[in-house]
Amino acid sequence: MVIYLDNSATTKPDPEVLASFQKVSEEYYANPSSIHQFGGNAEKLLVAAKRQAAQLLQVEQEEIIFTSGGTEGNNMAVKGIALEHQQRGKHIITSSIEHPSIYEACKALEKLGFEVTYLPVDEKGIVSVDDMKKAIRKDTILVTIMHVNNEIGSIQPIAEIGKLLQQYPKIFFHVDNVQGFGKVPLHLKNAAIDLCTISGHKIHGLKGTGILYVRKGVALFPLFHGGEQELAIRSGTENLAGIVSLVKAMRLAKEREEEGIRHMSELKSYLIRAFEKMEGVFVNTPENSAPHIVNISVPGIKPEVIIHMLGEQNIYISTKSACSSKVKDESMVLAACGYSKNRTTTALRISLSYENTMQEMKIFVDALERSIKQFKTTME
Amino acid sequence: MQFDHILIRYGEMALKGKNIKQFITQLQQNIQQKLQDFPGVKVKRTQGRMFILLNGHDPVPVMEKCKKIFGIQSLSLAIKVDNDVEKIKEAALYALKENTNCKTFKVTVKRINKDFPVPSQEMNQVLGRHLLIHTDGFTVDVHHPDVEVKVEIRNEATYITSSVERGLGGLPVGSSGKTLLLLSGGIDSPVAGFLAMKRGVELEAIHFHSPPYTSERAKQKVIDLTKQLTKYGKSIRVHIVPFTKLQQEIFREMPESYGMTIMRRMMFRIAEAVCKKESILSITTGESLGQVASQTMESMHAINEVTNYPILRPLVAMDKQEVIEIARKIGTYEISILPYEDCCTIFVPKAPKTKPNRDKVIYYESAHDFGPSIQEAIDGIETIKITGNTDVEPTFEDLL
Repeated sequence: MVIYLDNSATTKPDPEVLASFQKVSEEYYANPSSIHQFGGNAEKLLVAAKRQAAQLLQVEQEEIIFTSGGTEGNNMAVKGIALEHQQRGKHIITSSIEHPSIYEACKALEKLGFEVTYLPVDEKGIVSVDDMKKAIRKDTILVTIMHVNNEIGSIQPIAEIGKLLQQYPKIFFHVDNVQGFGKVPLHLKNAAIDLCTISGHKIHGLKGTGILYVRKGVALFPLFHGGEQELAIRSGTENLAGIVSLVKAMRLAKEREEEGIRHMSELKSYLIRAFEKMEGVFVNTPENSAPHIVNISVPGIKPEVIIHMLGEQNIYISTKSACSSKVKDESMVLAACGYSKNRTTTALRISLSYENTMQEMKIFVDALERSIKQFKTTME
Repeated sequence: MQFDHILIRYGEMALKGKNIKQFITQLQQNIQQKLQDFPGVKVKRTQGRMFILLNGHDPVPVMEKCKKIFGIQSLSLAIKVDNDVEKIKEAALYALKENTNCKTFKVTVKRINKDFPVPSQEMNQVLGRHLLIHTDGFTVDVHHPDVEVKVEIRNEATYITSSVERGLGGLPVGSSGKTLLLLSGGIDSPVAGFLAMKRGVELEAIHFHSPPYTSERAKQKVIDLTKQLTKYGKSIRVHIVPFTKLQQEIFREMPESYGMTIMRRMMFRIAEAVCKKESILSITTGESLGQVASQTMESMHAINEVTNYPILRPLVAMDKQEVIEIARKIGTYEISILPYEDCCTIFVPKAPKTKPNRDKVIYYESAHDFGPSIQEAIDGIETIKITGNTDVEPTFEDLL
């Protein structure tokens, strides 16, 4: 039996999602832009998918841009706004705990002459709206803040930031909601969000699928030029099978959201209680965080060692986020929260799905406790 | 506490004389119909106002629907409370606090119920003081406030509002009769239909379909456009005319340079026949003076000759850019620009007459009897009723 607890890295595709993908690939392979009837059917399916995605997000149909996932959506939003609106200003505000697809995109823009403010976070991993207010300048064109942090699960005050930014109609507001969709409700219109990234493979969809919500009237400089698909914001023949599978995954996620949140919260509090009792283990995840992420540190033990020890028992958790795991050293996010080096370099992330069970949690907790003990005895 | 009502204000309708009641009843019906999907929502009339009772529904989607109904000048979220000073204070504070981007306010009390013990002026002060004490950062500005908290003390209850949103204006659809819209699938004709509806006109549409020169997708496009238009009015019937044979005949029998003029004349003849049959009193087109060869003054003169039905041309004085702006706003632009041929773009002569001569047209037409083909086209009309709920697209339920 595999106990998969790395759901913030990616999730297992839902069988229904896979079935849709296969059926669309087999039966609707025509290019939606082709003018024959076969292409017409593909286009109808594309429109239906877009309509359903819009309904699920409570936005307009023409505000949905299908992408290849979180990294593309984030790059498209940050670079797209920066390049399109640079005459108005070259200042961007973000946080110091963003995903690399935001952070590195900002770094790249700095090389092009943009200035970026990286807001600090408190020990709970949350940015302050006051700091944000102070950082706003006349030439600020974009604020990009993630909704749920991928390493520790902290939830940013998106609605409050949205409210603040309504006083600055010239600043665009982008939210990376890759970790939040289906786990922490967020109403895009109520929070006055201009752009929002969603990824398919974090919600039991497939890799290579995602959405960037672009509010009506927001102009972006496209990353891809070409056949003017997706309102010319994202050219390239539509990945129809991927798109349909994504929208199905979104529907399933929404249907399971309420029950799923309740279930994962239970598992999460069980884990936290267990970790708090475990000697030498520190919980990094703050209170009032997302229901699916628990981050801990085990000072003195290299996280890779624990990962591999658990892996031998078919239990899979991760160190920091999979995307930044290749950079050794420490977790930027935990460092930004102000933790000391022995904690920032020994972090482990357990990330849940609504499919996980209490039984799995018990097995995992036992295995972790044994692994830590075993390590300590061998080292002594 | 929450906003539990929407207050509707009429625009031009309020200027009507004795027949105002007919307009208001029509508006009430239209609103009720648009809000069918919100069970429990009620639309009530009182003097000079209309209220929507939300009955627990989220006001945002209801407001969005109302913003697409002609005849509404403006709307406000409102809180209804008993005629009680404490309750009014509490509601006014809530209404003010909802306006987070604002810094200055003003309170305006209207005391319609003269039995209410506190006079308007005094009530203004009572509320102003209460709001100042219980908020941070708000100040009073009676001349140019960011927010005006309006309090109407009526006989039955007190209504408190704090923000006004614009409606579409115009007259309620259904209060000005019916027109037949020539709907090609381009950018202009849906906008013309929208503007006709703005004046309270109900629409039917006619589309000329020429398979195999025009595809099923072109027809689908017209259906999609019609569905978009139903959002601003009622269900719309689309009459689809099989036009291929007549078009081929025109291009076979008539001088090429006059082909387009004569084709347009045929369209108006058929449209008039539909009007007669369906008791429709006018024809609407998306023509804008001078935009293309068929829309010059001379063309209109030569084409209009075939019918004495009024032809409404709401776009006649508009620039293309203005039309596009409206098309974008009403959501037809994205559909219109899909690249499918319609019957106007095929068979286009190399050099269409921009200044056709009416007498010549009559002379050319007299040489051939189009009667049977016109009748055949009319007899072959397929009529589809499009409602806001018509699934113009398959739902793909199994896949999505």
